[in-house]
Parts: sequence; structure tokens; C-alpha cells
Amino acid sequence: MINLNVNHKSYQIDADPDMPLLWVIRDIIGLTGTKYGCGVAQCGACTIHLNGEAVRSCVTKLSRGAGQEITTIEGLSANNNHPAQLAWNEENVPQCGYCHSGQIMSAAVLLREKPNPTDQDIDDAMAGNLCRCGTYLRIRKAIHLAAELQKKEGGTS
Amino acid sequence: MNGISRPLKNFKPSKSVMVMGVLLYLVALMAFSMNHHTVLKKEPVPFVVKKDSVASVKAFTAVYKVLMSPRCMNCHPQGDIPLQGDDSHLHTMFPKRGMEGKGVLAMKCANCHQPTNTPGLHTPPGNPNWHLPPANMKMVFEGKTPRQLAKQLVDPKQNGHKNMQQLVEHADDGLVLSGWNMGEGRTLPPMSHAAFKKAWLTWLSTGAYAPKK
Repeated sequence: MINLNVNHKSYQIDADPDMPLLWVIRDIIGLTGTKYGCGVAQCGACTIHLNGEAVRSCVTKLSRGAGQEITTIEGLSANNNHPAQLAWNEENVPQCGYCHSGQIMSAAVLLREKPNPTDQDIDDAMAGNLCRCGTYLRIRKAIHLAAELQKKEGGTS
Repeated sequence: MNGISRPLKNFKPSKSVMVMGVLLYLVALMAFSMNHHTVLKKEPVPFVVKKDSVASVKAFTAVYKVLMSPRCMNCHPQGDIPLQGDDSHLHTMFPKRGMEGKGVLAMKCANCHQPTNTPGLHTPPGNPNWHLPPANMKMVFEGKTPRQLAKQLVDPKQNGHKNMQQLVEHADDGLVLSGWNMGEGRTLPPMSHAAFKKAWLTWLSTGAYAPKK
């Protein structure tokens, strides 16, 4: 049994330690907000937070997550009200929407480390999250809005 | 039989005394060997240089071939984006070096590069200490001539503050070794790690001479 802390809740997982965290999160725990895109850390759809870092859960083994703090899109905020989530909604960012839980998880790390990101900061931070619909300009706009919202609220979750 | 063996033949100590003697001997032997081992650990073998410019430059030719192979050079780029593949193209997604060489923001190296290789063809190779050289000492290999690289490697101001002894030990550094374990689909350096280490040590121990060009 491996102890996994996901969204401040503890789970005892009976699975192969080499199983990707993505499978554990989706198929065993049942949190399906995190998406499978490429399976080889090339697209960012599966991005979660592992101790606050935007790791790709498709290539991260269950054993690496044991006893660590894991956050998925479902646990990013209490009421879907993280500044990035609010901004995404305000700017109608998603088209098909498949990549956006990963996009928002990466954006949340960016907003934590650079509360007032420039366009270059956004490009640097988000380059690993692909969007087949090409919503990049709306993503950039939403991140700037999220930075403003975050400033008004005086912090993030 | 000689005269010395005769009295011994008649001498019959009790079995327990003999066992005690053997045990004492073994304990003494162990204590000596442990103490000897500790002394060796405390004092590393001193690095001895026997200058030989011809042998040194020849050894560096082999060293250079390895360091300029994609498995080594790709993480010692001229710019702030690592290289990738056997053709040393810019890393897809353009991850940046960052101050510590471990990436930036939501694009840290360890976000994709795990402690071990990821199974499958061309998947992210892994190492617990995956990183580029830091921003304040980039230790660039890309584009360097043999002479430039040789001089850089022995200059503590450009080699990560390593002295000769540390350079010797660096041959067995975990990240150096991972160059020979990069996962499926990646060409290995042009010689074995053992052959590289031999050339590296030969180059250093013969004076670390830089080639003319």
C-alpha cells in the first residue's frame, strides 16, 4: 500500500509503484479532471502539482508521489475560484477545453512565482502546455487578468 | 623431521585454549583491517601528475569526442535552452536554464525528467539531479575547440570551482554516468564509460595539456 495525499485527502493505494500517477488519479481515485494527452510529457494536458511544482503526471510514477502533496485541478481552489479559473471563465478561453486543466495548473505555478508576469514570462512558463485549438492568445490574456484578480484578492489559494 | 618439530609434536594444549587463541587472532586481524580501512578513507589517494604533453594531448582527443557527443554536449549549450536529440536541436518546448540550471516557473526540468528513465522510445531520460550548469557558470561545451574546452575544464573559475582531485572524481559523477544510460532511441557516447574514464584520468595525470587548436 502506498499513501497518497491528493487535494488534502489521504488515500491508501494498492497498485504497482511504477504506475503513472495519472492512472492512479483518474482510474483509482476517480478524479478525471486531469487529462491524458500524449503519455510522454510532450503536451502538458496531465499537469498536476507535486509539492507545488507543475509535474507531468503521465510520466511520474506513483512511487514519486508517495507521501508528497499532490494537487489536481479539482483541488486547486475551494469553489473553482482560483484567479486563473475565474479569468479563464471571464475570457472564455477554452474551445474544446481538453488541455485547459493542465494549462490552468501551469498558470497557477506561474502566478505564484511571478505575480505580475510579462508576456515573455507567460511564454516561458506555458511553453510546455499545447493547445490544438490554438487558444494561446486568450490564455495569455487570461493570465494577465488572473494576475490583476490575484492582486485585488491579496493572494492565491 | 628436524629438532624443532619434535617438542611441538609432544605438546598438546587443551582444545579450548586453541580455540581461544584462534579467536583472539581473528579479532586482532579484524581490528587491524578495520583501522587500516578507516585510515584509507580519511586520506584519499593523492593526485600525482607525471607530465607528458604528447600522451596528455592524445588522451584529450578521446575525451573531447565524448564531451562533444550529444549525450554530454546537449546539456552544455551556448544558449539558455538545452539541446535535444542526436542532431542537437533546441529542446522542444524551449525550457530555460534558470538561475540554478533547473528550469523556470512551470517549466522546471524535474517536471518531466524523473529520477529514472521513462520507459519507451525517445521518452524523457531521468536522473535525480537532472539540470543544466547554473546561469553564473554555464560551462559551455557547444562550439568549443579542443583547446578552448581543455583550458575551460581545468580552470576553477569556469569548471564549477573544481580542483584536480575533484575533476578526477567527476568522472564518476551520477549525471556524467547517466550519459551512458539515456533511455531508448539515443545514441551512446562514442566509447564506453570505462574507456572515457581512462582517457580522462590519463589526460589529467599527464598534465592536462591543451591541444594547439
